[in-house]
Amino acid sequence: MSGSILFQAIIFLAGAIICVPIAKRFGLSSVLGYLIAGILIGPYVLGFVGEEGDDILHFAEFGVVIMLFLIGLEIEPKSFWKMRKSIVGMGGAQLIATLALSYAAFSYYGYDWKVSLVISMAVVLSSTAIVLQTLKEKGLMETNYGAASFSILLFQDIIVIPMLAIIPLLSSKDVSAIDTAGHEGESQTYLLDGLPIGVQGFAVILSVVLVILAGRYLFVPMLRLVAKAKVRELLSASALIIVLGLALVMELVGLSPALGAFLGGVVLATSEFKHELESNLEPFKGLLLGLFFMAVGASINFIIIADNPMMISGIVLGVILLKAVVIFGVAALFRLKMDQRLLLAVGLAQVGEFAFVLLSFAFQLNILDRAQLDMMLVVTAVTMTLAPILGMINERLILPRIGTKESEARTMDHIARSHKTILVGFGHFGSTVGRFLRSHGIEATILDHDSNRVDLLRKMGFEVYYGDATRPDLLESAGIEEAELLISAVDNPDTTLTLVELVREKYPHVKIMARAKGRYDAYELLNMGVQNVYRESLESSVKLASDVLAHMGFRKYSIMRQAQNFIKYDEESLRRMADQPKDTEEYIFKAREEIQQQEKLLEDDLKRGIIDDDHHWDSAEMRRQKGKLK
Amino acid sequence: MPKILLLFAHPRFERSRVNKALIEKVRKKDGVTFHDLYEQYPDFNIDVVMEKSLLANHDIIIWHHPFYWYSCPPLLKQWIDVVLEYKWAYGPEGNALQGKQVMSAITTGGTKKVYCAEGTNNYPVNEFLLPFEQTARLCGMDYLPPFVVMGTHSLPDQDLEAYTVAYDTAIDLLLDGVSETQLSKHAFFNQLPQLTNKNVK
Repeated sequence: MSGSILFQAIIFLAGAIICVPIAKRFGLSSVLGYLIAGILIGPYVLGFVGEEGDDILHFAEFGVVIMLFLIGLEIEPKSFWKMRKSIVGMGGAQLIATLALSYAAFSYYGYDWKVSLVISMAVVLSSTAIVLQTLKEKGLMETNYGAASFSILLFQDIIVIPMLAIIPLLSSKDVSAIDTAGHEGESQTYLLDGLPIGVQGFAVILSVVLVILAGRYLFVPMLRLVAKAKVRELLSASALIIVLGLALVMELVGLSPALGAFLGGVVLATSEFKHELESNLEPFKGLLLGLFFMAVGASINFIIIADNPMMISGIVLGVILLKAVVIFGVAALFRLKMDQRLLLAVGLAQVGEFAFVLLSFAFQLNILDRAQLDMMLVVTAVTMTLAPILGMINERLILPRIGTKESEARTMDHIARSHKTILVGFGHFGSTVGRFLRSHGIEATILDHDSNRVDLLRKMGFEVYYGDATRPDLLESAGIEEAELLISAVDNPDTTLTLVELVREKYPHVKIMARAKGRYDAYELLNMGVQNVYRESLESSVKLASDVLAHMGFRKYSIMRQAQNFIKYDEESLRRMADQPKDTEEYIFKAREEIQQQEKLLEDDLKRGIIDDDHHWDSAEMRRQKGKLK
Repeated sequence: MPKILLLFAHPRFERSRVNKALIEKVRKKDGVTFHDLYEQYPDFNIDVVMEKSLLANHDIIIWHHPFYWYSCPPLLKQWIDVVLEYKWAYGPEGNALQGKQVMSAITTGGTKKVYCAEGTNNYPVNEFLLPFEQTARLCGMDYLPPFVVMGTHSLPDQDLEAYTVAYDTAIDLLLDGVSETQLSKHAFFNQLPQLTNKNVK
C-alpha cells in the first residue's frame, strides 16, 4: 500500500491536516490530534503505514532534539544555574521513588529481577516531547508547575545516559557481540567503546566543554558571516547544521543528542541570533514533532491489546497511577500548591519516548523477550496517548473543584512581562529610545537588521538581536503575540511602512509608536491609523531656533514656552493636513493658511499676561474693591 | 446638582501613600471632575483657554495638594498666575468666578502639634493658607474651611482609611450644599459633625 516516499509524505501530512484541526476544534491539544492521526493511518485501522512506522519514529525523534535546542535557547545560562537544585532534587527524588516502587510491583508479579529493573527504568522516564509541547502550547512554561516539569524532564534526559550504560551489565550476552544493525544510535559502536571508564568520563566532559566553546567561538562568528551574505535560507541551513552537528557529536561520545542540543541552545541563548535561530527552526520542530507523535500513534499494536486486554489495561493504569502518586509526593515535598501538584502529577504520568530506546536496547541484549518488549512498547504508546486526555480531564473536572487557580501563580514578574515592548531599529534614534527606557527598568526586546551594528552594540553591552523585523516569524519569536507595544525606530521610511502595515494587520492588539523621517512620512503613518508618530527632526530644529533667539537676546523662559506651543500647534496642524491630497494647489493653499494661523496663535500666546492697565494692585483700587465686595 | 472641579497638584504622586488613597476614593465620583495638573502639564505649559472653560463649567473648586514649604507645589501657583486673568477673574468685568466656592484639601507631614503658636512652625495651618483665601476672595469666591490631613508621615492605615471616608463624605456634603453658617463655625472642614461622626480625629 505504501510505495513511494511521496505517497508516505502525503499520508502523514494529510493525517495531520485533517486530525489536528478537528482536535483543536474540540478544545484538545494538538498532541492528541497527531496521536489519533497516527492511530488512524497506522497498520490496524486504515493500514496506510506499516512496519516502516518504526523507522519514521526514529527519524522523527530528531524533532525532540530540535525542541530541546529551542528550549535551551530560551533559558539563559544564569537561570539554568539557578534551577540546578530543583533539577537534581525533584528529578532525583522522582527517579528513586518511581524506580523502587515500580521494581517492587513488577517483581511482585513474578518478573525476573533484571526484567523488572529494565522495565522500571523505562517507567521512570516521562515524555519530554508531549509535556513540553503541551506546556508551550498553553503558555505555562513560566509557572511553577512548568518549571518543575522541566526540571524533572531534564534530569530524566540526563539520567538516560547512565541507564543505557548499566543495561549491558545486566546482560549475560557479550555486549561486543551485538551487531550494529540496530537502528538506534545507542546500539551503534561508539568512538569511545572499549576505552576505560575514566577516559570515557573525561571524553564526556570534554565534549560538553566543546559544545560550550563552539557555541561562543564557532557558531556565533559563523552566523555573523552568514548573516552578512544576506541570503535568508543560508541562516536556516546554518541553524540546522548547528543542531545536527551537536546531535552527531553527542552520539559519538554516547550522550543523548537531545541533551547536547539543549546545552547548545543554552549557550546560544544570550547571542544576538537567538530570535533568528528560533524563527528558522520552529517550522522544522513543529513538523518533526508532529511526525513523531503520529509515528507513536501508528506504532500502537492493537493485536497485543486485543489478546490481553485485561493485562495491558492493568499495567497502563498501574503505571500511570504509580507515576502520578510519586510525582504528587515529590511536588508536595517541594511545597508546590495543590493545583500545581495535580497538574504536575497528571502531566508527567505517561511513559516517554526514551522508553522505546531503553526497551529495544534491552531486547537486543536478551534481557527482555519479544513478548515483554511488545507489551511494554504498547503500554508506553498507550500511556502517551492517554496523557493529553488525562490532562484535559484533570483541568476540566478536577481542578475547578480545588480552591487555588492560576491567579495565584501570577506574580509581579508576570505584570512586568505583560508590558512587553519590542523596539525595532537600534541606530542613533532607536538606541536613544532604548537607553532612556532602560534607565527606567524597561528592557525592550531589540531587533536590528545590520549584523555589524548588532555585533558592535552587543560588545557595548546592549542586548540586541539580529533579524529583519518585517518578517512575521521573527516578530513572533521576539514575542509579538504577548507584546503590548512596538516601537518602530527604523531609518528607512519604506521599511517603517511595511512593518507598520504588517503589525496592524496581523497583530492589531499591539500599540505602535513610530519614528517618521519628516512631514510626508508622518502623514502616511497617520493615515494608516498610527496615532503616535514622531518626526525625528521636529524637536531638535525647534531647539536650534530657540537657541538662535536666545542668542539674540530673547528671554529663555519665554522662548521655551513658545517652542512648546509651536510644537503643539504644529502637531495639531499635521493631523488636520494628513488626509489632504498632496502635490496640489489646494494643499499649498491650506498649508499656507495653517502657517499663518500658527503664527497668529503664537503671537497671542506671547501677548497673554501682558497687561498695560492693571492698576488693580494700587492701594486705592484695592480699597475700592474691598468696599465693593463687602 | 453643583459640579466639583478637583484640581490636583502633586509632583511626586507615585510616592504618596496618603494622596493616592484620598484621590482613589473620590476621583470617579459622580459630579466630580478630576484634573491632574502634573499629569496634564508636565512641561508647565498650562492651556489657559481650556482651564478657563473648565472653571466656567464647575461650581465648586478644590485645590488639592500636599503642603510644601507652607504653600502649594509650583504648578498650582503657575495655574493661579496664568489662569486667573485680569478682567476675567478679577478687576473690571472680572467676575467669571463670582459666587463659586473654593476649598483647599491639603496633606501635611507635620502633625497639628507643630502647626500652632507653641509648635515649631509657630502658626496654625489656616494662617499659612491666607494667600489662598485672599486669592479666592479677590475673585469673588467663597473660601471654605480647608480639609486637612495632618501628620501623614506617621499616619496608621486605619486612620488613613477613616480620612478617605471623611473626604468622600465632605465631597458629598459639598455636592448636596452645606450652609454657610454651619461652615463658619469650624476652622477645618474635617470638624463638621457629619464628618466627625465617622470617627476622624
